[in-house]
Amino acid sequence: MSNQSVKRTLLRSKFLAPFLLFALCIAPGTQAATVDGAAAYQQECAACHMAYPPGMLPVASWKRLMGGLHQHFGADASLDAATAAEIANWLQAHAGTYKRVSEEPPHDRITQSKWFVRQHHELSAAVWQRASVGSASRCDVCHAGAAKGHFNEDDVRIPK
Amino acid sequence: MLIVVVSRVFRKAAAIGIMLCSVWGAGVAVAATSANEQMAAYAAQSGQDPQAIRGQAFFTSKHGKDWSCSNCHTATPTSQGKHASTGKAIAPMAPAFNPERFADAAKTEKWLRRNCNDVVGRECSAGEKADVIAFLLSFKR
Repeated sequence: MSNQSVKRTLLRSKFLAPFLLFALCIAPGTQAATVDGAAAYQQECAACHMAYPPGMLPVASWKRLMGGLHQHFGADASLDAATAAEIANWLQAHAGTYKRVSEEPPHDRITQSKWFVRQHHELSAAVWQRASVGSASRCDVCHAGAAKGHFNEDDVRIPK
Repeated sequence: MLIVVVSRVFRKAAAIGIMLCSVWGAGVAVAATSANEQMAAYAAQSGQDPQAIRGQAFFTSKHGKDWSCSNCHTATPTSQGKHASTGKAIAPMAPAFNPERFADAAKTEKWLRRNCNDVVGRECSAGEKADVIAFLLSFKR
């Protein structure tokens, strides 16, 4: 390559380089905004309740829940369209596919899934009504590792 | 010779690249704000002076529905609240006791949109928002 052609190549890159640098600097931000559904789920949904593992509901249930956030189990949980879509995509990508989760529970409530009821059948109604428990939806009251997806039976501590 | 050309070309390119980067950065950065600034903006929009006492009445009463703001946030929002249905702890609302409050205008609008709908059954007016912030700002350490 002659000295002249090297110069030409460099001059061409002179015009391209700023755009390449610009692309490099916006790339991580753009990625965070579109790919990080897990972080958005944590930030938006876990602001009000435990971050339920996405595998606990089938795709159809997540779809319905995310489409009706303005009336979310008695509260307005509406989000801007972009954030809602981001979370919805992530939930649907990680939704439950095991046989027992494939069935859509009544009202899309995890706690009304057949597997959930079966797993908790030994608990009397009085336990659920304790002020310290409050509701079946509060997994983390008895399962300390719930928010991290840990539900091992040996680690269960039911408050008095 | 070659090295001189290379370094000259790339110094310029890098400068333009960095300039573009900083313009982009400034554009996407979240505008920092405060409870006082947001109260002033809502007050200007409503055309009336914010009043803590009116804000307190608004915050602690039910508006013909099931909940008041204080159901979840307590009537003295210097202390930790609790979500009425999920039981999740809610950090204090008074900015003097929780500096994260009202630090992001979009977040304020998001929560007011939802919670006013739950408590009042409609959007809150700018005057109501200014009054409530005045009430929350009345708590000092």
